[in-house]
Amino acid sequence: MARSRVARLSSALGLVPFLAYLVIFLIVPTLAVAVGAFTTAGRPSLANVAGLADGAILNSLWNSIVLSAVTALIGGVVGALLAYAVVTGRPDGLLRRLVTSICGVLAQFGGVTLAFAFIATISGAGVVSIWLDATFGTAFTSSTWLFELRGLMLVYSYFQIPLMVIVFLPALDGIRIQWREAASNLGATTWQYWRHVGLPLLTPAFLGSLLLLFANAFAAYATAAALVSQGSPIIPLWIRSALTSEVLLGRENLAYALALEMVVVVAIVMVAYSLLMKRTARWLQ
Amino acid sequence: MKNLRTSIAALAAASGLLLAAVGCSPPPAAEPAGEGTSGAATAASAADLGGMDKLVEAAKAEGALNVIALPPNWANYGKIIEGFKTKYGITVNSALPDGTSAEEISTAQKLKGTDRAPDVFDLGQAVTLANTDMFAPYKVEKFDTIPAGLKEASGLYVGDYGGYMSIGYDSKKVPDVTSVDDLTKPDYKGKVALNGDPTQAGAAFNGVMMVALAKGGSADNIQPGIDFFGDLKKAGNFLPLDPTDATVQSGQTPLVIDWDYLNAANTAKIPTWKVVVPENAVVGGYYNQAINKDAVHPAAARLWQEYLYSDEGQNLYLGGGARPARADDMTKAGTIDQAAFAKLPKVSGTPVFLTEAQNKAAADTLNKEWAKVAG
Repeated sequence: MARSRVARLSSALGLVPFLAYLVIFLIVPTLAVAVGAFTTAGRPSLANVAGLADGAILNSLWNSIVLSAVTALIGGVVGALLAYAVVTGRPDGLLRRLVTSICGVLAQFGGVTLAFAFIATISGAGVVSIWLDATFGTAFTSSTWLFELRGLMLVYSYFQIPLMVIVFLPALDGIRIQWREAASNLGATTWQYWRHVGLPLLTPAFLGSLLLLFANAFAAYATAAALVSQGSPIIPLWIRSALTSEVLLGRENLAYALALEMVVVVAIVMVAYSLLMKRTARWLQ
Repeated sequence: MKNLRTSIAALAAASGLLLAAVGCSPPPAAEPAGEGTSGAATAASAADLGGMDKLVEAAKAEGALNVIALPPNWANYGKIIEGFKTKYGITVNSALPDGTSAEEISTAQKLKGTDRAPDVFDLGQAVTLANTDMFAPYKVEKFDTIPAGLKEASGLYVGDYGGYMSIGYDSKKVPDVTSVDDLTKPDYKGKVALNGDPTQAGAAFNGVMMVALAKGGSADNIQPGIDFFGDLKKAGNFLPLDPTDATVQSGQTPLVIDWDYLNAANTAKIPTWKVVVPENAVVGGYYNQAINKDAVHPAAARLWQEYLYSDEGQNLYLGGGARPARADDMTKAGTIDQAAFAKLPKVSGTPVFLTEAQNKAAADTLNKEWAKVAG
C-alpha cells in the first residue's frame, strides 16, 4: 500500500510544472479579470457588467461573432479542400511537404506584419490598388473597405485557411484507404462512399476545427488593432479603447468586464470543441 | 507601432498583476540614487538643493532619466532628448514612445517601485487634471516667465508646448484646402485622415472640435463636428487609417487633421506638405510637464524640467513646429528662434481653449455618438 502511494505521489509530482503553468497563465489571469469586472473604484459593483449592455458594445460583440464565424467558415471550407488535395497526393511527396510547411508559417503570420502587408498591397496607396486602377479603371485607390469589417474578414482568412489545413490534415489521414476499398467491394459508388462513410466520419473533426478557428479569430487582436483606427468595431478593440483612452478616463474596469465577456464566449466554444473532439477521437484510434 | 507597443505594455501590465496576485516577492525596489540626492525628491526648486550647480551634480550622480511616451518626431523630442544627453551626460531611457497620456499614468502606477518607472510625464490636459496626486510640485528657474494660464500655481504641472488644430496635406496629391467644407468634395475621396480615434486620442478629439467650430458649433457643442464626420464617411472621404510618419511619407494619408506642430514636422520630409489652421475654427491645446512624485531619478527629473524651460529647450520645441510656453517672454527678450517662429502656420480668429467641464461634456457626447460615425 505504502509503496503504491509513494509511486502515485511521485508520478503526480511530474504534473506540478504543468499545474503551476496553468495556475499562473490561465487561472490567475481569469480570476483577476473576473474580480476586476465586478469592481468599481475598489468596491464590488455591477456597473461594469451593466455597461456591456451599451448599444455600441453589443454591436461590437455581434460584429466579433460574425467576423469569427464568417472567417471560420471561409477558412474551414477552403482549408479542408486544400487539405484533401494534399492528402490525395503522395504522403512523402514534395506537394505535401511544401504545403504543410507553408501553412505552418502562414498560420502564425497574423498581427502587425500581416496588417501592413495588406495595407501596402491593397489599401488606397497599395501597389495592387494603383495597378488595378491604372489598368482597369477601378476605384480602389480611393476606397477604404480594407479598414472595415469586410477588410478584417479578408485579412483574417489569410491566417485561418492555413490553420485549418494544419488541424484538419490528421483527421483526413485517419481515413483509411481500406475503408474505401471495402466500400467499393460492396459495390458503393464514390458518391455513396462519401455520403455514408467519408463525410459522417469527418463531420465531427470538421466542426471541431471550425470551433477552433472561431476562437482563434475571436481572440485575435494585433491584426485588427493595426488595421482599424476609427471606432471599435470588435470587442478586443473596445478593450484597447477602455484601457488607453486619454479622452474618456477611468474605464479600466469596463475593460475587465469586456474581457470577461470574451472569456465566456470562448469558454462556450471550447466546451463544444472538447465534446466534439471526444466523438472524433473514437475514429482516430 | 502604436498598437504593438500597446500590447507589449498590456502584457507587461498583466505579468505585473500576476506577480502581485500569486504572492511572489515584489519586484526589487530601485537602488537608492547616488549620494547627495536624498533632498531631490522633495525639492520644489533648484534653490532647495543649493542652486543649479548642485542640481546638475545630483542629476549626474543619478546618471539616468526615465521618460515615457515621447515620440522622436513629436514636438522635436528626438532632438530634445539628444540635447539633454549631450549637455549633461545623463542616459535617457525612453519607454513606450507612442503611448497615450493615459498609458503614461497607468505605466507609472504599474511600475511603481521598480527602476523602470517614468520620472517625468508629458500629459494632455484631461489626464493631467485627473491625476494631480501623482505629481511632485517643482518650479523651474524660469517659472515666473510662464503665462499664469498655463501653469499650476505651486508648479504641480506646467504647460510646456502647444499649438492649434490644423489640416495638413500634400499639395501634390490633393487640391489646396481653404476651409473645412472643402473636405467633402470628391477630390478628397478616401483621403481625409484624423490622428486617432476621438474617443481615445486627444489630438483627434480636438480635431472633431475644430470641425465643430467651423460648422457652427462651439466649445459647448461638439455635435456639428460629429455630424460632419458622419457626412464625410457617407461620401467615402473619411479614411479610417491611423496616420504616422510612414503613412504620410508613402502617401497613404495625403490629408491629416492633427496639431499644427505635428503636421508641420512633415514638411521637412515632404516639401509639398502644407499646413492650414482653418479660419475661425482655432482650437488650441497645451501639453503639461509634471514630475512623478515617485521618480526613481528625482534630481534628473528636475534637471529635465530646467532644460525644457530653458531658452534652449523652448527653442527646440519651436524647431519642431510647437509653440513653446515661454514664447511671449522669449520674444520680448529677443532669445526666441525668429526663423522658426516665422514658419508657424498663420492663425486668424480667437483661439478656443476648452475648460475641464467643456472637455468632459464633449467627451461624453463623443462616447455616445462617435460609434455611429465610425461604425
